[in-house]
Amino acid sequence: MTLLTVENLTVAFPGRSGTVNAIEDVSLSVSPGEILGMVGESGAGKSMTGAAIIGLIEPPGRIAAGEIRLEGQRIDTLRPDEMRRIRGRRIGAIFQDPLTSLNPVLTVGEQLIETIQTHLKLSKDEARARAIDWLRRVGIPAPEARIDTYPHQYSGGMRQRVVIALALCAEPRLVIADEPTTALDVSVQAQIIALLRKLARETGVAVILVTHDMGVIAETADRVAVMYAGRIVEVGPVAEVLTAPRHPYTRGLMASIPRIGARPDVLPQIEGAMPRPHARPAGCAFAPRCPVRIEICGQTRPDLTGHATRSVACHLSEEVPA
Amino acid sequence: MTDPILTVTGLKKTFDLSQPFLTRLTQGGGRKYVHAVDGVDFTIPRGTTLSLVGESGCGKSTVAKLLMGLTQPSAGSIRFDGHELAGTRAGQPPAVRRRMQMIFQDPYASLNPRWRVARIIGEPMKSFGTHPDPVARRKEVDRLLEFVGLSAADGEKFPHEFSGGQRQRISIARAISTKPEFLVCDEPTSALDVSVQAQILNLMRELQRELGLTYLFISHDLAVVNYISDQIGVMYLGRLVELAPADRIFAAPQHPYTRLLLDTVPDITMAHRDMDRPAGEVPNPITPPSGCHFHPRCPLANERCRAEAPVFRAHGDSQVRCHAVQEGRTDPMPLRKAG
Repeated sequence: MTLLTVENLTVAFPGRSGTVNAIEDVSLSVSPGEILGMVGESGAGKSMTGAAIIGLIEPPGRIAAGEIRLEGQRIDTLRPDEMRRIRGRRIGAIFQDPLTSLNPVLTVGEQLIETIQTHLKLSKDEARARAIDWLRRVGIPAPEARIDTYPHQYSGGMRQRVVIALALCAEPRLVIADEPTTALDVSVQAQIIALLRKLARETGVAVILVTHDMGVIAETADRVAVMYAGRIVEVGPVAEVLTAPRHPYTRGLMASIPRIGARPDVLPQIEGAMPRPHARPAGCAFAPRCPVRIEICGQTRPDLTGHATRSVACHLSEEVPA
Repeated sequence: MTDPILTVTGLKKTFDLSQPFLTRLTQGGGRKYVHAVDGVDFTIPRGTTLSLVGESGCGKSTVAKLLMGLTQPSAGSIRFDGHELAGTRAGQPPAVRRRMQMIFQDPYASLNPRWRVARIIGEPMKSFGTHPDPVARRKEVDRLLEFVGLSAADGEKFPHEFSGGQRQRISIARAISTKPEFLVCDEPTSALDVSVQAQILNLMRELQRELGLTYLFISHDLAVVNYISDQIGVMYLGRLVELAPADRIFAAPQHPYTRLLLDTVPDITMAHRDMDRPAGEVPNPITPPSGCHFHPRCPLANERCRAEAPVFRAHGDSQVRCHAVQEGRTDPMPLRKAG
């Protein structure tokens, strides 16, 4: 059974020269307990997809087409006050910068207890006990003492652990984690990745992990959706997509990542840059940079097609050997 | 190690973070210092690349600023091709500083948004007097634009009309406009997307081959550093803990911190999935641990490591600052601390 389904989602922003679609025709699904990675370059639409799911698209942006269903219930058409009850209770969020996600004038405990009591019917003492329990689960040492301290008294890695506790303490079914490790140093990043995987396994919460870092995807996700210019161009189990990418963009991307242990004279590179949303070409948006483009690529946009677990949006997906 | 272009010896930079005198008097508390760079030594042979890696706060960017004269060292020596630069200001003496330039991390902040690209690239040639004639200067700007993969017509545009990767090409054109021999590159690809990062790294390697440039490359990304470097220096809390040829660092890392860093790099081969993770974080640099700064996180630490700071000593091809390595206590190396 799927937990979340997104179908043909388009988010549009009105602009001076007409409407610009930040994301177009995005479809995806997430099962309970699954970690879905969303990867792409800046402006590819990965964060926008997460923001749409959680109902946090900044006006004048709006969902122009498509639908989002959480456990069968349509949530993209809810009123703001209804959506607010879903956020936190059924969908949690983890953002990039742990310092700005926490309120600096409230103790960590006050923030956790407030979140728990907003969403669950618990007394203050019960909520406090639960908050301490969550701090312990995310790896805060001496949680009974640390619960009454302020965010600035925590290190960067410990703050991100608190943010994770806040996202999970109301026991949501789904968490959107948008670049949760980007602001952290590598040794701390590895700890946070491991924590996210452990908690997803323990609690059965599903995670949509938005990141630009293929390494983070490789270490964390079960499935990965690769976005380019507002669309999903390839989706599949993480091991298959990373070791045998089928879309020319994914192939180029994987090849261009420097690897430890390999020192080629020239790093394979994708020429050019991703088009901005208002300047996307007709046909396949990757065609101008694509080394294997054919005539149809400049005219018709390929749909995301494939069998149950693996889909690719490329006219050549049948011809290109897997 | 023939023909070193840059030799850095005993380089130190201390920042005074003390409260003002009256506050200290009324509220107590002594003076506080951060030893951002705490005795760093390295040599870069002409035409090669030395990279400094480490986590935030390790002092790698401060080393870059010290070399360029953007901040003054508290102690130590910086010799560039025979000229002592410690104590001289940015741009001084011009005959030497013209030969050293810098590329910054953020291509959005490092280009003046109100200047056209041709003026941005021409500015160093004007201020160092290498091309005083505006017509000749403009011709050189056009040549540089094409050299870095842009077109001469781009000189008339403003920075906001370019993508991040194109802006970094403009920064590179500006940096090489005075025909320098040495470039300090502070995280030049960290703000870029991976597909663009490969373009910029390839361009930098090409420039090195064609112009014989020497690079000091600063990065937190070991895979990037692996691609670009001849030597790699690993920094931790202001000190170089290991300095070795690039292939040695990856094939036979000596210092326990180098091993920890290599263990934690997210790996696209998924090799580290579900491994236990080394615990701990970089401590506050205002109050660094005694002895070897790394001892609280080190699986090999003993009493000596807690009490006495190790010295930087040759160990095979590498130089390492570690008692355990020097005493031969590293084998077999437990990769991480238990628990």
